[in-house]
Amino acid sequence: MLNRYPLWKTLMVAFIVALGALYATPNLYGEDPAVQVSGLRGVEANLTTLDTIKGHLSDNNINYDSIVLEKGQVLSRFKNTEDQLKARDVLDDNLGKQYSVALNLTPDTPTWLASIGGAPMKLGLDLSGGVSFLMEVNMKEAINKAKLGMVSDFRGDLRNEKIRYRSVKEVGDAIVVKFRKVEDLDKGQSLLKKRYRDLLLNTNEDTLTLSATMTEIKLKEIREYALQQNITIIRNRVNELGVAEPLVQRQGKKHIVIELPGVQDTAKAKEILNATATIEFRLVDTDGDLSAALNGRIPASSILLTDKDGKPSLLKKRIMLTGDHITDAKSGFDEYSRPQVNISLDSAGGSKMSNGTKSNIGKPMATVFIEYKPTGKRDAEGNIIFEKVQEVISVATIQARLGKSFRITGAGSPAEAHNLALLLRAGALIAPITIVEERTVGPTLGAENVQLGFQAIMLGFGLVFIFMIIYYRAFGIVANCALGANLVLIVGVMSMIPGATLTLPGMAGIVLTVGMAVDANVLIFERIREELREGKTIQQAIHQGYEAAFSTIIDANITTLIAALILFAVGTGPVKGFAVTLSIGILTSMFTSVVGSRTIVNAIWGGKNLKKLSI
Amino acid sequence: MQILQLKETVAFMNYRKFAMVFSALLMIAAIFSLATNKLNLGLDFTGGTLIEVGFEQAADLQKLRKLMLDNGQEDAKVQFYGSSRDVVIRLGLRDDVKAEMLGNEILSILENGTGQKVDMRRIEFVGASVGDDLAEQGGLAMLTALICILVYVAFRFEWRFAVGSVVALFHDVLLTLGLFSILELEFDLTVLAAILAVIGYSLNDTIVVSDRIRENFRKLREVLPADVINISLSQTLSRTFITSITTLLVLSALFFQGGALIHGFATALLFGVFVGTYSSIYVASLVALSLGVSREDLIPEVIEKEGAEQEEMLAP
Repeated sequence: MLNRYPLWKTLMVAFIVALGALYATPNLYGEDPAVQVSGLRGVEANLTTLDTIKGHLSDNNINYDSIVLEKGQVLSRFKNTEDQLKARDVLDDNLGKQYSVALNLTPDTPTWLASIGGAPMKLGLDLSGGVSFLMEVNMKEAINKAKLGMVSDFRGDLRNEKIRYRSVKEVGDAIVVKFRKVEDLDKGQSLLKKRYRDLLLNTNEDTLTLSATMTEIKLKEIREYALQQNITIIRNRVNELGVAEPLVQRQGKKHIVIELPGVQDTAKAKEILNATATIEFRLVDTDGDLSAALNGRIPASSILLTDKDGKPSLLKKRIMLTGDHITDAKSGFDEYSRPQVNISLDSAGGSKMSNGTKSNIGKPMATVFIEYKPTGKRDAEGNIIFEKVQEVISVATIQARLGKSFRITGAGSPAEAHNLALLLRAGALIAPITIVEERTVGPTLGAENVQLGFQAIMLGFGLVFIFMIIYYRAFGIVANCALGANLVLIVGVMSMIPGATLTLPGMAGIVLTVGMAVDANVLIFERIREELREGKTIQQAIHQGYEAAFSTIIDANITTLIAALILFAVGTGPVKGFAVTLSIGILTSMFTSVVGSRTIVNAIWGGKNLKKLSI
Repeated sequence: MQILQLKETVAFMNYRKFAMVFSALLMIAAIFSLATNKLNLGLDFTGGTLIEVGFEQAADLQKLRKLMLDNGQEDAKVQFYGSSRDVVIRLGLRDDVKAEMLGNEILSILENGTGQKVDMRRIEFVGASVGDDLAEQGGLAMLTALICILVYVAFRFEWRFAVGSVVALFHDVLLTLGLFSILELEFDLTVLAAILAVIGYSLNDTIVVSDRIRENFRKLREVLPADVINISLSQTLSRTFITSITTLLVLSALFFQGGALIHGFATALLFGVFVGTYSSIYVASLVALSLGVSREDLIPEVIEKEGAEQEEMLAP
């Protein structure tokens, strides 16, 4: 029969809309004030941490709603913000510097909803308030550093192989080696060719020069590495800021986006992001008396430093090697599958290390991490005062005379080895970064934006709703049902997709979708009216109306989708938010206005013998 | 209810000369304004610092301007934003001070100078290089969108329609840019997004009309192309108006309720929908007609035609 849907089709439409509604419901629940405790530098919160936190809270008579350990973080929820703030202060004072304590608002989604993956939509910074930075990595500097490293590497290699050369210099994009004799030139070429496969070597026998340039692949590798390294370092620093749900992400070829929701004190955030860190290697003072040093009698040639657990070590004052000689550090496993860290040095670093270790085999060597943290105070000239924080991150025994590349074993777990590698790399920042864009949205403006956006959606929806009923009567109500279902589906899909964030332009996108989504129904209804005017029966007119309008709707929506997807691909921040809601809106509106409205129309009018249609 | 019940076909194409001149004049005006007046580019593109603050009482702009001058911020532009208690201060790019610190500096100047508690609503800082990148990306996005659409429409319809719809899009984008230039409205990233949405909307309209033209070319034999277009436009006119009305309704909701941040976005779309509706009636189909679209171009291909095409290809 004409205009009847089989039961399964009706049920499927109902099921999809219900599913959308289900995943949209978490947005109706409020948020609980919470405190989030997470470990720093690879430390993960565990059951012991959980008990410690419980202990601290009950010692201070702070009531909590719930406290759970999740993904290495402890999250405790409170009834009110007063308890939340008290808890933050108590935990911050007692947990020590291994953990960061952050205030958070946790969605109050019921457990059964959360267990099927239900979560409210993520709000963009323009709605939640907070600060976002765009940082640019100085790639020129990264490549310069790589070239400088190569100059000293070349010198070292040639000297070691006893090949005589006149000079090694950086000339433009190339590194030029001048030789005295043709034989040296040939020997030099074959040596360098063997060692550096990612370089292009050109020789000139008349001028006795060899020039080496980096291949495009090598250059790309350097840039990629500089970007990745900066992201890792920034992530570490951001974790120390104590921000709940920070975002650190690469954007394009040389930019890094950092979003810190809820942060208002941008000055502090910037100081921490701009902090510098280095690494030093020192010998452990095995002759000195550690317990005497702990009582204040430190030998004149030594210093007393502690590790992150507070365990002290007495170290020689003389620095064996500084971190700027480190060119790379990777974690891996040794032949007994114990975690280890492989460190590569430039050639100057290699010879220093070799001199420093040759007479100290069998003695322990400490790696010290030094960070200059801003204290928040300023000196007389208004410059920020930095505090030098030194921490022993590993103590290892020197097994042999070390050279350009060596390894540290006994760093503990694979995670700790990975972390040590990361810190070692952090000590040798290849490329400096600068803040090129910064946006701060205050909490009042964020809340206001949410309200305005919501009002605009409701008002726009209401106006279209009334218009459609007046214009199409019963069919107008059908279109409005489709529109309502569309709104629910947009919210449901936005909540389901993990990466989608709702921004103010995103809300504008929803408003626009509301206006444009009825277009499909208008097309269909106008077509039905036309068919009726041409004298078709009511059932035929409905059928024809939907059939004929279908290809038009597809064409029209696909072209709009093209525009939306391009916007998504090139857009950033707020524009991307707009593109996301617009694209989702186009897809859901095609479903609701074509299939959804047809289901209702079929259920009410389909297959019946009608004299008149309320359209 | 029925707003537009066309009893008979409107001879749209009889006014084509008038429409052509009208569109041409508007486009020339837009180009002229863009060349002389330029676009009032926002912070996103120019770089610089913007600080939006809220005061407890209505702010005195003169006093604030003087305050900025006294504190060595000569290039500060102080304006109301949305209401008399919200003020926006714009500063150009600086070489000497660290620009990212400027926002906090201005805040403390304001707090000390007015003695009022100032509510920081937002601070934006954009470096010079970012603006250039964005302008380049924005232009690229627009161009890619136009090319993709051209290809899709050419593939689904016919090249004459594709050219027609792209000319219509170009027309709409140019006029919207022209409006922003003439009224000296700020052109920022959200406005760019709005213009791409205008492309989407206008295209939607154009496709609906083109679809009907194609259908009628196949259905009606022995009718002049101009008349086929007139018939098609008349048949779709009702739908064109209703969709424009619903879209304009929601956009006015956005314009009046969406707040100052979204004003430029709503303005661009409101105007864009107007021109988009006009261009789908006149520009797109007019271009297709002028390029000589005919019944033969649109009826489904028959097998013999392939041979005919080959002959054509062989001809010098």
